[in-house]
Amino acid sequence: MTITPLLIAQIVLTLFVFVMLLNSAAVMVYVERKVAALLQQRLGPYLVGPKGMLQPLADIIKLMFKEELRPKAADWLLFGLAPIISAACAFAAFAVVPFGADTTFFGLLKEPLRLQVADVNVAVLVIFAIASMSVYGIVLAGWSSNSKYSLLGGLRSSAQMISYELSYGLALAAVLLLGNTLSLSGIVNAQAGTWFGFLPRWFVFLQPVGFLIYFTAGVAETNRAPFDFPEAEQELVAGYHTEYSSMSFAMFFLAEYVNMVTVSAVATNLFLGGWHGPFLPESLGWIWFLIKVGALLFFYVWMRWTLPRYRYDQLMKFGWKVLLPIAVINLLVTAAGVLYFGA
Amino acid sequence: MTLFYLFGAVAVIASLLVISQRNPIYSVLLLIASFGALSGLYVMLEAPFVAVTQIIVYAGAIMVLFLFVVMLLNAPHEETEQDERLHAFRRQGPFRFGAALAIALAVELTWALTRVSGSETGGGFPAEAVSSVQAIGKVLFTDYAFPFEVTSVLILVAMVGAVVLAKRDA
Amino acid sequence: MPTLNDYLILSAILFAIGTAGVLIRRNIITILLSVEIMLNAVNLSFVAFGRSFGTADGQIIVFFVMTVAAAEAAVGLAIVIALFRHRESLNPATFTSLKW
Repeated sequence: MTITPLLIAQIVLTLFVFVMLLNSAAVMVYVERKVAALLQQRLGPYLVGPKGMLQPLADIIKLMFKEELRPKAADWLLFGLAPIISAACAFAAFAVVPFGADTTFFGLLKEPLRLQVADVNVAVLVIFAIASMSVYGIVLAGWSSNSKYSLLGGLRSSAQMISYELSYGLALAAVLLLGNTLSLSGIVNAQAGTWFGFLPRWFVFLQPVGFLIYFTAGVAETNRAPFDFPEAEQELVAGYHTEYSSMSFAMFFLAEYVNMVTVSAVATNLFLGGWHGPFLPESLGWIWFLIKVGALLFFYVWMRWTLPRYRYDQLMKFGWKVLLPIAVINLLVTAAGVLYFGA
Repeated sequence: MTLFYLFGAVAVIASLLVISQRNPIYSVLLLIASFGALSGLYVMLEAPFVAVTQIIVYAGAIMVLFLFVVMLLNAPHEETEQDERLHAFRRQGPFRFGAALAIALAVELTWALTRVSGSETGGGFPAEAVSSVQAIGKVLFTDYAFPFEVTSVLILVAMVGAVVLAKRDA
Repeated sequence: MPTLNDYLILSAILFAIGTAGVLIRRNIITILLSVEIMLNAVNLSFVAFGRSFGTADGQIIVFFVMTVAAAEAAVGLAIVIALFRHRESLNPATFTSLKW
């Protein structure tokens, strides 16, 4: 294992992605509270730092100093393991997401390095697999807290996640038909260029329904916005993380925000063309990526503070009886279209 | 090679712990760990599609089903206290017998399998690996199209059966 | 580099562990888990052999085995739930009413 500049660049890239995901969670905390405040015509955080921008830092320091509670009847091993599983799966899914074109960092490297931690052939399936694994964090949190609110919240939440994984996978499958490859960089590169000179070749124009299905399923997967009944404050105290406090609670929060970022990033790569965009050279494509992911995250926050919450049985009915048939029909129509137009 | 030993050791130790745990939830979680190690072995065998499918189907769906059933049944731990008092003689017997049989099975299988692959494939994997999903898909939908369709009917039957069997009467 | 024999020996050991679990344990769910261990050991053999012959058939058979294992786990657990409602126990020794 020789120490080449490429190896050092890869290690630095991995650490960079990790740190940026942590930062993105902190930024999302601030953005959520500020946007929520503006939507509700109030000010939001404005005391800590300029325009309240250091508010997440204050939140983290507060959480760190809280007492770490542990209910006596709780199964201590599973109780401690659940937030770790949630957070680990949230970070691991981002390992295969590319966020920029090959770059040599202004000529410092001899060969270009793709801005992606691991370039796997089956990247799309890996994301799906890690999304399946993140169910365990919630299920174990609900069970090990040994309290009825937590158990109900945990089981409902995981049942919801499993149900929406089906539509998630079918929407992914429709994109795979268009992109003809399972590797995320391959799918992004298939969206380069434009039609008629001005309309970018994004898959969202070929598959608007698929994009909506994917995004809806992604919102349900991350237990957010209109699908957050299991952690609804009014109904279930706080669902599966009722008994958690201090850093374990922070881990669940972190996992939720990082999952949001991952879903937005994968949606950007699959449907919105990733890092391709006009006016900027390829090497600065990550700026376009950030803009697109930021737009989707804003949409996430906007939905949460605008739409009323689905009741649990309405949620499950929607997932199975509405979203799944639409996803199947979308897949069939896409397959027919690919066969007919031969693209 | 060290990677093979690492994954192999994790798989074997996790499986041993699965069959020796009292609490069924720990058994399920240890089995998930074993599946993770097996997935790593599949990647080493240049079968990335099978590796990822193992995580999605086995570790991500079947084990969640097991976990749900264990949690909803809220099953008591396997009775050991009663057995210790009343059937002490009967408890020792099956345990020793089962363990001896399992060891005998392991030895026999090892002998039989290494006999078969003895000469030409005993040293490494000479042939080219078929690892791309496109190649697998092509064979799956041409040579194995009939089993594929039958499998879908099988899953439908299993779904209907599971719902009917687990329903509460009235 | 691990050879085919190494993978087969590992598969044999896992299969034997699964068999021991089925024979020794007296909790139906653990017995079902041991059956899953056995199926996984067989999957490993299939993929190893498929790799050594250079075809995709090994991986395809594994695909079918996984599907069948999923169906069997679902139906098996449904039966366990139905049985548990009757006798409130997961010990297979309590379901002996058909013994003559």
